[in-house]
Amino acid sequence: MLLGISFTVWVTLLLVFIIVPAISGVSFGIRRLYMKTLLKIFEWATLRIERGAKEKNHLIYKPNANGIIAKEPTSLEEEIKEIRRSGSNRDLGAASAFEMSDIFYFCRRGVETIMDDEVTKRFSAEELESWNLLTRSNYNFQHISLRLTVLWGLGVLIRYGILLPLRVTLAFTGVGLLVFLTSIIGLLPNGRMKNFLSQKVHLMCYRICVRALTAIITYHDSENKPKNGGICVANHTSPIDVIILASDGCYAMVGQIHGGLMGVIQRSMVKACPHIWFERSEVKDRHLVAKRLSDHVEDTTKLPILIFPEGTCINNTSVMMFKKGSFEIGSTVYPVAIKYDPRFGDAFWNSSKFGMVNYLLRMMSSWAIVCSVWYLPPMSREEGEDAVQFANRVKAAIARQGGLVDLLWDGGLKRGKVKDTFKEEQQKLYSKMLVGTPEDRSRS
Amino acid sequence: MGSNYSTLSKIPNVDDLMQETGFTPAHIVRLYDRFNALDKDKKGHLSPQDFESIKELAMNPIGDRIIGAFFTPGQEVVDFHSFVRILAHFRPVDKNRPRDPNTPEPVNSRTSKLRFAFQLYDQDKDGKISRAELLQVLRSMMEMQVTEEQLESIADRTIQEADLDGDSTISFDEFRKSLEKVNIDHKMSSRFLR
Repeated sequence: MLLGISFTVWVTLLLVFIIVPAISGVSFGIRRLYMKTLLKIFEWATLRIERGAKEKNHLIYKPNANGIIAKEPTSLEEEIKEIRRSGSNRDLGAASAFEMSDIFYFCRRGVETIMDDEVTKRFSAEELESWNLLTRSNYNFQHISLRLTVLWGLGVLIRYGILLPLRVTLAFTGVGLLVFLTSIIGLLPNGRMKNFLSQKVHLMCYRICVRALTAIITYHDSENKPKNGGICVANHTSPIDVIILASDGCYAMVGQIHGGLMGVIQRSMVKACPHIWFERSEVKDRHLVAKRLSDHVEDTTKLPILIFPEGTCINNTSVMMFKKGSFEIGSTVYPVAIKYDPRFGDAFWNSSKFGMVNYLLRMMSSWAIVCSVWYLPPMSREEGEDAVQFANRVKAAIARQGGLVDLLWDGGLKRGKVKDTFKEEQQKLYSKMLVGTPEDRSRS
Repeated sequence: MGSNYSTLSKIPNVDDLMQETGFTPAHIVRLYDRFNALDKDKKGHLSPQDFESIKELAMNPIGDRIIGAFFTPGQEVVDFHSFVRILAHFRPVDKNRPRDPNTPEPVNSRTSKLRFAFQLYDQDKDGKISRAELLQVLRSMMEMQVTEEQLESIADRTIQEADLDGDSTISFDEFRKSLEKVNIDHKMSSRFLR
């Protein structure tokens, strides 16, 4: 009897506070209040740790986002000239010859990358300045005070005992509804009714998933939202990016068909509206991929395509090289910048460390996922600009808006080796200084 | 990844290490984290593959020589102490050090830095840079299109200028002499943040 009542109450609450707003897109603001409260608690916790450490005279590890050394942004030429200038009295005109001190430049640069390099740190989670009561992001955790430990313990209880089951329930609801409803809609004949219903269903299910993660998202500049016939590109931090963007607009997804649960979801989604799923073998064929994408964008009744050109998950402190494939198609590109606030839970998926399920559990047992989404004005390829330059222009715009570092490095470096072309660039620069370019040499 | 006083006490002989290299506790902690980040398999020491996975090092023309500098001959692994000691070469020179001939040369002195650079040239460690060794370095620093003749003429000229005792090789003293005016402190030191 009691069980029945509490169950009814529970379901009603769930319905009123979560499902209904998900369907209509209205929010009560409960999550924002939750966020503000948490921030206050975190500040208190950090101060307490610092005070406690000072009392016990311990060293505090201050994660320095700048690394251990300051790197000079000088070029190869400048530095080598400087080394030589200080070392010789000779007239600089004759000093375009090799000096044994030239090696200092390469040596120092090489050793500095051993101490701290730009790429490796992008593939591990960002370091935080304050503690957010999650041991996974804490470097100083020790028993400092009873109050702090109690607070932490309380946090664990709340997160694993209350939030996690709630979120898992919601997640299953959201996904289940998505599969069920899209399959039903798939039975309808193609037409405006079908599209309308499909959009509503997609939005509703994604919004439920958003609440399943307690994601607090702020959308900026919604007037620039992607339109049909365009391609939406965004920086990639985790699979959750898809849920975040798709809960605010309707997109056609692009991706490889997976097996298992993902495959089921993919297959039912495509019944309701056209998404672009590739078989594993088709992914390698770049022409096939390009053709399917361009066919899709030419049909203006179809939804804008959502693509992540980095090709892999980066830790949200920088934007890495965009693969040029999506920029060759020639339609309007709508850039979107996504920036997560790491104080509440680190959204970065380190796929070498955690599998998907493990990752999702971590997400659902964090405090919240807080992020900002900026819709940037649409861009098109300009005259005389090739796909690579266009891709870099879009990347720079996204990096600037999101406050991320714009890197030339390829996200594929996470797994692969560096192409020799980078080393050859260095060799070319140096050779130019000493013996001129191949054209000069063949002339003399 | 707990890093504070308790971590410092995890590192054996850390006081000696700090004394020898001149790194502050904060630096040691940072380097320890870096060491562990590079040691992906958690072996407790670094192998050449761990260094080779640093992308920016792979693009350095003398990257493999620099990696070689960490491994003494016969050693296939680098432990944390050796790692820090080698990196300490790049600490700025202590200008106020008293010239006491009885204390051993600090690892970041001008001479030590020169020695470090010298061994990058002198791969067979016989104490002299031969013409062949010089050619090898030149080859790795220059692009493919530069011809053997050009490299040879550069090498010959360099040896001619630096070789004082006429044995067609460059010894450490000749190396040091030819670089006596270069601001080695500036060029072979990194700016360590507090």
